[in-house]
Amino acid sequence: MSTDNLPEVPQVPEEPIARRGMFGASGTGDTSGYGGLVVRRKPELSTPRPYGGYFDTVADELDRALGGRFSDAVERVVVDRGELTFHVRRERLVEVAQALRDDPGLRFELSLGVSGVHYPHLEGEELRAVIHLCSITHNRRLRLEVSCPDADPHIPSTVPVYPTHDWHERETWDFFGIIFDGHPALTRIMMPDDWDGHPQRKDYPLGGIPVEYRGAEIPAPDQRRSYS
Amino acid sequence: MSAPYEEATEGTVYTVSGNDWTELIETLSGQQDEKLVINMGPQHPSTHGVLRLILNLDGETVTEARTVIGYLHTGIEKNMEFRTWTQGTTFVTRMDYLAPIFNETAYCMGVEKLLGITDRIPERAQAIRVMMMELTRISSHMVAIGTFGMELGATTPFLFGAREREMVLDVMEYITGLRMNMAYVRPGGVSVDLPAGAVDKVGELLKVMPGRIEDLRKMLDANPVYLARTKDVAYLDLTGCMALGVTGPMLRAAGLPWDLRKSQPYCGYETYEFDVPTEKTGDVYGRYLVRMAEMEESLKIIEQALDRLSGPLKGGRVMVDDKKIGWPAQLALGPDGMGNSPDHIAHIMSGSMEALIHHFKLVTEGFRVPAGQAYASVESPRGELGAHVVSDGGTRPYRVHFRDPSFTNLQSMPATCEGGMVADVISAVASIDPVMGGVDR
Repeated sequence: MSTDNLPEVPQVPEEPIARRGMFGASGTGDTSGYGGLVVRRKPELSTPRPYGGYFDTVADELDRALGGRFSDAVERVVVDRGELTFHVRRERLVEVAQALRDDPGLRFELSLGVSGVHYPHLEGEELRAVIHLCSITHNRRLRLEVSCPDADPHIPSTVPVYPTHDWHERETWDFFGIIFDGHPALTRIMMPDDWDGHPQRKDYPLGGIPVEYRGAEIPAPDQRRSYS
Repeated sequence: MSAPYEEATEGTVYTVSGNDWTELIETLSGQQDEKLVINMGPQHPSTHGVLRLILNLDGETVTEARTVIGYLHTGIEKNMEFRTWTQGTTFVTRMDYLAPIFNETAYCMGVEKLLGITDRIPERAQAIRVMMMELTRISSHMVAIGTFGMELGATTPFLFGAREREMVLDVMEYITGLRMNMAYVRPGGVSVDLPAGAVDKVGELLKVMPGRIEDLRKMLDANPVYLARTKDVAYLDLTGCMALGVTGPMLRAAGLPWDLRKSQPYCGYETYEFDVPTEKTGDVYGRYLVRMAEMEESLKIIEQALDRLSGPLKGGRVMVDDKKIGWPAQLALGPDGMGNSPDHIAHIMSGSMEALIHHFKLVTEGFRVPAGQAYASVESPRGELGAHVVSDGGTRPYRVHFRDPSFTNLQSMPATCEGGMVADVISAVASIDPVMGGVDR
């Protein structure tokens, strides 16, 4: 059979598969579970201007404070659920943090610490350090996100700018293995000093043992059926 | 007892326990060495649970102070990644165990933000949350002030504090079924509406509590011994607070009226009338005064919330009106404790097959939360309690991180203690009011 007369179907780039499973698919009528349902991962968000609210002001002021090199330091801006996130290039993090803290138009005086997230599927940016900032002067909030690859888990320390990050960076090192270069004493804080591995990473098992309850065996939490 | 310790690189190690103190003093009396390194904790009555302090002393002056934490780390954040979003409340409630409702509310606000249902939470549920949070604030401050008194050597404040806290916990038990760790606030609302008689119970507490706070004030406000131990002790000014990320009563005692309930209101706090108490002293006594005044303000808020709950908001919903998220049933007290109500069980077991399937799906599988991240914060008794919640679109949290105020505020311990007397370390740590369950999570 010739295929010449068929219309050309444009190739739609498909997002990578987030998970396969029996339940949880949307957009198809097949809920039997036999269709081999897959859920595709959402693409990484990037919000174009205008961001809305005070978010544009923050971006403009930061651009001015950095001498017009905003797009050089901030790879991506995301506005999601009413929150502003700057994805900052790691080598520019300290400079950006310093500007955010000291510039009169920005004045993010209060940092609420560093949190880590591990995305094993994002190649080259597996480990993320997430910093939440708060400006008391302007009553604004801002999130900084810095990524580093698993193979080179280094992020410059922001302790000189925000001394409160001391324990927070130690915690993120302890749990995710992100090395904060320049930290005064990057040691474990929650886990014992001689602990192996970084427990909050996705490749670190939760552990646990099966428990017997009324004659039935309940598997360990990470062995139980998952619908995700 | 003194003994050369093989692993000690310098100096002599003295291990003191029980009744050896006289012996130790005799041993030490001939010594010329004034420098001492003292290990305090992790098991010590005045270190608030399992906090370990290492103090370098020159005579009685602290030259260096270091904190060791992590003894109570239970992996709550990791465990949550293996449970449904609703089950998460059972974990977070155990973090800062003196203020469980705040943990739950911060977490649920984060989940609701991700779900995009923040504006759809019923007003009655919000008012109940506010009332419960303020009740918890009183019980938490009562423990803070009570244990503080005991650590300074006065047992009466502790008895007062424990008694008043128990009054609040009785009300909590009446409403939620549990004194602590109640997992009462759920994504979408609260687990159960106020039972009959709850309004009267809270009303009773509102009548008694002002007098009790007054009693505590009469005992401590102008007590010369108390003043000597707290005034100008463990000073931390506004600059220090900002740099170290200190929030809560410590920050307000340094003079900044920063309170999220006023500056970035949530749960409808903007509709309540209350003041943010501040002090300018930045010392332990200032923090005590702020906590006392906050309890009085909390009473005002509870009164307003109670008026609404028994008036305009009477009989409203307490769970979001979305059948795919809201728990299908109210809880009820059964023979084996709080559980699904008998009516609901009868309905799903012998009434409606669809209801059974719905219940089963929602309870075992849970609901899906759209991918993304959100940060929600509340003003807990100790400062800004923030929840950084990340979802990958599944039925389980991808990552939940708590910015616990105890953890951050505890960092200021060396700043407030170094250069002071060793006896003041106790009041300094107590005035931070750290709860190790929240610090270590």
